Amino acid sequence: MKEKLEKLLEEALAALNAAASPEELEQLRVKYLGKKGELTAILKQMGGLSAEERPIVGQVANRVRGEIENCISGMAATLEERAMQEKLIRETVDVTMPGKEYVMGHRHPMNIALAEVKDIFVGMGFTILEGPEVELSDYNFTKLNTEEGHPAREWSDTFYFAEDSSILLRTQTSPMQIRAMETMELPIRVLAPGRVYRKDEVDATHSPMFHQIEGLVVDKGITMASLKATLNAVVEKLYGEGTKTRFRPHHFPFTEPSCEMDVQCHECGGVGCRVCKGEGWIELLGAGMVHPKVLQGCGIDPEVYSGWAFGMGLERMAMRRFKISDLRLIFENDVRFLEQF
Amino acid sequence: MNLSRKWLKEFVQVDLGDHEFAEAMTLSGSKVEGTEDLGAEIENVVVGKVLSLVRHENSDHMWVCQVDVGEEAPVQIVTGAQNVQEGDLVPVAKDHSLLPGGVKIKKGKLRGVESRGMLCSLGELGLDTRDFPDAIMDGIWILHEDVKPGDDIRPIAGLDDHVVEFEITPNRPDCLSVIGLAREVAATFDLPLTLHTPVIKGCGGDIRNDVSIEITDGALCPRYTARLVRNVKIGPSPKWMRERLRASGVRPINNIVDITNYVMLEYGQPMHAFDFSCVEGGKIVVRTAREGESITTLDGNERKLNPSMLCICDVNKPVCVAGVMGGANSEIVGDTAMVLFESANFNGVSIRRTAMALGMRTDASARYEKGLDPANTIKAVERACELVELLGCGEVVDGVIDCVAGDLSPRVLKLEPERINALLGTDVCRCEMVRILEKLDFTVKGDDVIVPSWRADVEGMADLAEEVARFFGYNNIPVEAVAGSSSSGGYTPVQRLEMDLGTLCRSVGLSEIITYSFVSPSVCDKICLPADSPLRDMMKILNPLGEDTSVMRTTILPSMLEVLARNYKNRNKTAGLYEIGKLYFKADNGMAKEPRVLAMGVYGEGEDFFTMKGRVEAVLKALRIPEVSFKQETANPSYHPGRCAKVYAGDTEIGVLGQIHPVAAKNYGVDAPVYTAELSFEAIFACEVSVPLYKALPRFPAIERDLAVVCDKAIPAADLTACIKKHGGKLLQEAKLFDVYTGHHIPEGKKSMAFSLMLRAEDKTMTDAEADAVMKSVLAGLEKDLGAVIR
Repeated sequence: MKEKLEKLLEEALAALNAAASPEELEQLRVKYLGKKGELTAILKQMGGLSAEERPIVGQVANRVRGEIENCISGMAATLEERAMQEKLIRETVDVTMPGKEYVMGHRHPMNIALAEVKDIFVGMGFTILEGPEVELSDYNFTKLNTEEGHPAREWSDTFYFAEDSSILLRTQTSPMQIRAMETMELPIRVLAPGRVYRKDEVDATHSPMFHQIEGLVVDKGITMASLKATLNAVVEKLYGEGTKTRFRPHHFPFTEPSCEMDVQCHECGGVGCRVCKGEGWIELLGAGMVHPKVLQGCGIDPEVYSGWAFGMGLERMAMRRFKISDLRLIFENDVRFLEQF
Repeated sequence: MNLSRKWLKEFVQVDLGDHEFAEAMTLSGSKVEGTEDLGAEIENVVVGKVLSLVRHENSDHMWVCQVDVGEEAPVQIVTGAQNVQEGDLVPVAKDHSLLPGGVKIKKGKLRGVESRGMLCSLGELGLDTRDFPDAIMDGIWILHEDVKPGDDIRPIAGLDDHVVEFEITPNRPDCLSVIGLAREVAATFDLPLTLHTPVIKGCGGDIRNDVSIEITDGALCPRYTARLVRNVKIGPSPKWMRERLRASGVRPINNIVDITNYVMLEYGQPMHAFDFSCVEGGKIVVRTAREGESITTLDGNERKLNPSMLCICDVNKPVCVAGVMGGANSEIVGDTAMVLFESANFNGVSIRRTAMALGMRTDASARYEKGLDPANTIKAVERACELVELLGCGEVVDGVIDCVAGDLSPRVLKLEPERINALLGTDVCRCEMVRILEKLDFTVKGDDVIVPSWRADVEGMADLAEEVARFFGYNNIPVEAVAGSSSSGGYTPVQRLEMDLGTLCRSVGLSEIITYSFVSPSVCDKICLPADSPLRDMMKILNPLGEDTSVMRTTILPSMLEVLARNYKNRNKTAGLYEIGKLYFKADNGMAKEPRVLAMGVYGEGEDFFTMKGRVEAVLKALRIPEVSFKQETANPSYHPGRCAKVYAGDTEIGVLGQIHPVAAKNYGVDAPVYTAELSFEAIFACEVSVPLYKALPRFPAIERDLAVVCDKAIPAADLTACIKKHGGKLLQEAKLFDVYTGHHIPEGKKSMAFSLMLRAEDKTMTDAEADAVMKSVLAGLEKDLGAVIR
């Protein structure tokens, strides 16, 4: 019997190892280990054995059963793994086919530039101030030391709503300086972005409506040195650390001393190229110390307080940043343009 | 202002290269726009002496010349010109030379005869007979100057100069002159400034015997200075003067006119010369024009004058538009014998308005409009008379008529070094400040600073600070952090909402647009507004660029439709856009109320009413706007009457959405369905729940039941949902419409509406029996309230 059992084991293991599917494996299990299986058939003959032989053959039979069972469970795992492999291969997709489309909108490039600037100033402790676009001449001009008779006040340059030229579309965000100084508590640190209007015909670099950002700081001990420090820090955040700037004397009616700030040309690094018209520098903004007459007009004592202000055009900044060649694109809003941002 | 560096050298000896010069001037406040080398286009052109000329063997009009160009051997040049003779000195463009306009000259053969260059005309060197009145245009330029073969032609032609173009800010009209800029140059490079005081010999007589002057309005003409010249001989001015005028961009005309232009450029004081024989009555009256008067100006145009325009007149008529342009009736001509020089000061605003009204901005008016120094008139007229004597073109009658109506006393300021340093954030010593100011011709006496007459822009401490800063160097001012208390900054809730709204719109597939705040009044018709619509009451710009941008928008719809239409016209298959923009409504005080709105707009495949509604719902849900509902709106004239809804949050109307009325869409040239939404920013802000409060997650399972009822077609889904919720009670957590069906098995005029209901109890697992009870109640309610029966 021992030989029969050993032979059965040999035969069973060979058959099991050759099994190709879980179904076949189950059939073999029934064939060898089932109630009517071959092992049972052999064991049924154990009754004819002697008392000495029986435990020995019993041991052999248990070992055979154990080995077959081990083999079955081993094979089951192997087959399962193989089946999984095959399933995964069947499920292969062409990953180069396009993904499901989710349409996301785009931010207007002008507002991308604006948001960047706003974030930088907010991080520096500025608050954002908004105000009317239909504005008093007093705020847009007179209180900004731009007296009656100044060319900017002409009807050829500024849009008016009142025959007496008292109400207009603001030509700059600078009236927000006055509004801030008249309504806010000192010290003041504000940034005032918004739409402004000038009587310019539409072309590649002009638009009757465009955007400016005004900045204003008023406190005791505010100096031109701190204006430089602040604007330098802003430029480094906008254009990268180490970006060089320079300050040039300039003239604005409502600041004194006044300056313009240039940024070293990013295209040529200051050597001179087409972008900077050979100058090596690109004009970024106008600024200066708030004119004593302006402070006084807002009820702030220029002997005690001082301040600085700056203003910059957003369109030009956005156009340079994104290399947009024509201002008209900004206001045409063609989706093929918008989708690039 | 164009500055000749050769002319500049008469006042300051500055030898720096163009780049360094420009850089330093820009940084001290005189911005250089560019520098032009006048001779840059000419190379290898020299003086040649024609040694011989013989007829070309194959031509009956060409000549073969042997020309001495200062080299060992003469060169042979063929010319077609007929005005050349043996012994003439002429410009020779040698082999491998360059002429204006990028013309390259190389040796070659002309009808078989070798020619090693070209003899040049004035035109070929970029000149004309105004520059060299003794030459001719159609022929070789025969040189009469003291030159020898081989000399470079550029200095002879006056092209050895570099011209610097300055952008002069409007506060510095004094810098619209060679002397004014020279002062800045001297201060910038710390070099001495050499100024010249005119000296006039005079010829006796007394101007007062011949001339009288009357100013009728001292505010418009604070000063009028005049001198008289007799025995005038009109002719060309000398070469040095012509060259300087030319370098400054002024065309030479004749000696007297050139002198006036020369003095204007040198001193910044516009001058005018009258043919005195044409000044009737020998009297100059400075007055405004009379109604109906006109004058033919020097450019030959007749100008109608009005009583706001200041004129220089004789006893009868205007002879000059003050500060703008002279009259043809007193023009300097070939036989002018007596000249009256005017050197006057006029009100800048008046001159600017006159020049603008007449549409002629001249070199003179451009200077006057910025407000000139009244002290300058006398210096300028003296200089002009000195030049007359120098040029030998007339005799200067003794005496000056100088009418002064304005105040010429200088301004005196206090020098406050501490305040200047405090403003700049610098530590400049007092002595350095004094040095800078004196360099600019300020006089410092003790603590007093006397401002030079030409610096009307310097009015106080801050202005002095700017002068100090300019020459201390803006870039030498240290950099220091903002002093004082720090502030926290940040965005307001309104600003945050605006940013959030933008993000949400983009996340539902819309791209941001920016449109003009002003529109055409015709947009009201285009969006089908009725005649009595309050939206037609738009703020009118009194001086618009054009009709299309003449009124302030009271609705954002036209702006959105215009952009959608432009995209449609550009054949973009789809477009999804949004704008957060302002509207402008008339306010009581003449100003505007400027509320913000959110506009959304789409067209293209896959878009319908419900895609737009879905976007609105998604955005409002993300902002946690409570109790959003939609009500059918049939009366909005811009929208499809069957596909328009008003949007509510609770009882607050926050906007409208729908399909644009096909007529309105057609008005914009769009024949596809267009869907838009307009939501009030302020209303959304008022409804927004900024802090959501947590509700416990359900602990017990829900039971889902479907329900289909048949009801009248006209009953809105929202009414059915509301009815279900009302009768479902507390246990009904949610009721969602998932199917609408009409047709087979459904009676005419009816529809089948299928809802999915979710039931749940907060405190236990619901039983089927309890769920059945809720469903029963809902069904009963639907039937009772809306006549809807189970299908």
